[in-house]
Amino acid sequence: MVFHLDKCIGCHTCSVACKNVWTDRKGAEYMWWNNVETKPGTGFPTKWEDQEKYQGGFETNGDGKLKIKSTSKAQIVPNIFHNPHMPSMDDYYEPWTYDYQNLFNAPEGADQPTAEPISMIDGEKIDVQSGPNWDDDLGGSPIYAENDPNLAGLTDQQRLQLSSVERLVFFYLPRICNHCLNPCCVASCPSGALYKRGEDGIVLIDQQKCRAWRSCVAACPYKKTYFNWFTGKSEKCILCFPRLETGQAPACFHSCVGRIRYLGVLLYDAERLEEVAKLPDDELVEGQRSMILDPFDPEIIAEAKKNGISDGVIQAAQNSPVYRFVMEWKIALPPHIEFRTLPMLFYVPPMSPVQASKAEDTITHNSDKLFHDIDDSRVPMKFLANLFGAGHEGVVRYALAKQKAVRWHRRAETVGDIDRETADRMLREADCTREQADAIYELTSLCTYEDRFVIPPMHREQAIEMMKDPHEHREEVGFGFVGGPRRGL
Amino acid sequence: MTAPILDTFLFIALPYVCLFTFLLMTIYRYRAQSFSYSSLSSQFLENKQHFWTVVPFHYGILAVTAGHLIAFLVPRSILVWNSQPLRLYILEVSALACGLLTLIGLLGLMIRRGTTTRIRKVTSLNDWILFAMLLVQTASGVGIALFHPWGSSWFASNLSPYLWSVFKLNPDISFVTAMPHLVKLHIVLAFLTIGFFPFTRLVHLLVIPNPYLWRKTQVVRWYGRK
Repeated sequence: MVFHLDKCIGCHTCSVACKNVWTDRKGAEYMWWNNVETKPGTGFPTKWEDQEKYQGGFETNGDGKLKIKSTSKAQIVPNIFHNPHMPSMDDYYEPWTYDYQNLFNAPEGADQPTAEPISMIDGEKIDVQSGPNWDDDLGGSPIYAENDPNLAGLTDQQRLQLSSVERLVFFYLPRICNHCLNPCCVASCPSGALYKRGEDGIVLIDQQKCRAWRSCVAACPYKKTYFNWFTGKSEKCILCFPRLETGQAPACFHSCVGRIRYLGVLLYDAERLEEVAKLPDDELVEGQRSMILDPFDPEIIAEAKKNGISDGVIQAAQNSPVYRFVMEWKIALPPHIEFRTLPMLFYVPPMSPVQASKAEDTITHNSDKLFHDIDDSRVPMKFLANLFGAGHEGVVRYALAKQKAVRWHRRAETVGDIDRETADRMLREADCTREQADAIYELTSLCTYEDRFVIPPMHREQAIEMMKDPHEHREEVGFGFVGGPRRGL
Repeated sequence: MTAPILDTFLFIALPYVCLFTFLLMTIYRYRAQSFSYSSLSSQFLENKQHFWTVVPFHYGILAVTAGHLIAFLVPRSILVWNSQPLRLYILEVSALACGLLTLIGLLGLMIRRGTTTRIRKVTSLNDWILFAMLLVQTASGVGIALFHPWGSSWFASNLSPYLWSVFKLNPDISFVTAMPHLVKLHIVLAFLTIGFFPFTRLVHLLVIPNPYLWRKTQVVRWYGRK
């Protein structure tokens, strides 16, 4: 998966699509399997990136072992009664609706009746204090945005620059479950209810096996497993697997107005998982890339076939837009890879508005250096590096410089107010060729549905065949879980 | 002294009805409604009182139950341990302490459930019935420890044989008929709790996740592959 942040307009269509399809149910009202955050901002749940507070993800300790921060095989015994790192509903928000009936039923009085907010948990009137995107578009930014954990390491001047009036800048961060290579939620589940699907890597919670021990909620550093307070089961993004299995993109991908989302196959070497997850922070991004295999390499194709991977999947891997963004162009980066779960959702970091100054009523650039607006970006490089580079700026600068070079190349081609020589020099300095720049431009700006979503056939019929007669299965479809999930006694 | 017919009912018929219900219904519920096997944790809705109530209750009741189990399974070991008075005192005092811990935790749990509006919404009638049963059971247990001392010894010597006789399908109630009423109440309520067990959230006891301790860190599932 790739989210191209430079294209995200923060419209929340993805969140609403997901909410309508999956979480519009009792106990799930507060869940946002897909949410869109404003950065800088504290996100949802509040300050989820602050692992001092939530203790999510893995850590490497002195003896070179990978350890789940919030639990272990020994800690599970006390944690099972009361999980000390479990967020409560107050860290998210108490879902509410409005007392619409009052508009009809209110007795005659001097004032117009109002529909007051009422809690969706206990039905009492509530004073709404927070919501799933409370600091959207920097609403109340001095209170919320300045608590963004990614501001660590920024100078006072850079902080001021981010929030001063008329100069403030922000971008959006849409988030779903990253379907990590090394999922911390799976590793922490005492019941073994969470698992990664071998065929497509989707991380799921077996609802029949979940016993509400709550370890996954505490362990996921992205806070993308949620506890359903009504059914007493954990739930999470399922990457719309029923849609994927029928060749459709997940609801949030499909509905994306800015077309920022890409979906495709990556082949990877799962055996190197632990070795890579233990690398030092500054080697993690490269380490994860080194696990991803070249789908054009004949040796790898032969090996994949030997492992029972179908031709359709290999073909999809070769056409994968994700492979191009992550491996060929290296402009898509994993979020907070220092949590060591090796997320499989990659973000193309956003360009920020140029820094310019006004002289004699004309706006001029501040510098003649070609990449000045990246180095002196209005969103400080350090901030983006904290988000996408485990604090290290190199990989982020590379991705931004290449994006800028592509823009200048295309401007030289189409508008012509930039001379070819400068554009070529920029491409060279950004480690890009004209062909690559055109390819990036095409997949960024002119991409069709089929370009963005390369979904291999899942061959469910073959999977079913192994267990039973497909004809028999066909007659049973739709009669599996009648009546919906009911809360236990 | 209770009437013989009542004793027969309370200590022969009732135990078998309860044990049979327990066996049949837990298996049936696991097979038909495995989704409903959940601890139904409410920590998400209320996080602070949760710690101060759930933790003492669970540690207390686990210790007390373990004590009962040991005395039932290997009564001789308890009798040997109790042969020196000092060791007997230590055992009795720690058992009483664990009982009190359970009682305090349980009262806390009930207050938390009753006073937090959010949590009242996820509390069923069965929860309250179970609470009442556990409260009387724990209180009677603490009462026995206070008023009928040296229970660890007489449980091992008198009640363990009775329980064994029940499980061997050859019930011999001569051990229990002479017991004080408080002890009889405790025994009857224990069987009633076992019988009520499958209809409550107590079923989470049966799905304690011990395989976690030896399984691989990551779990991958493939269609049709093991």
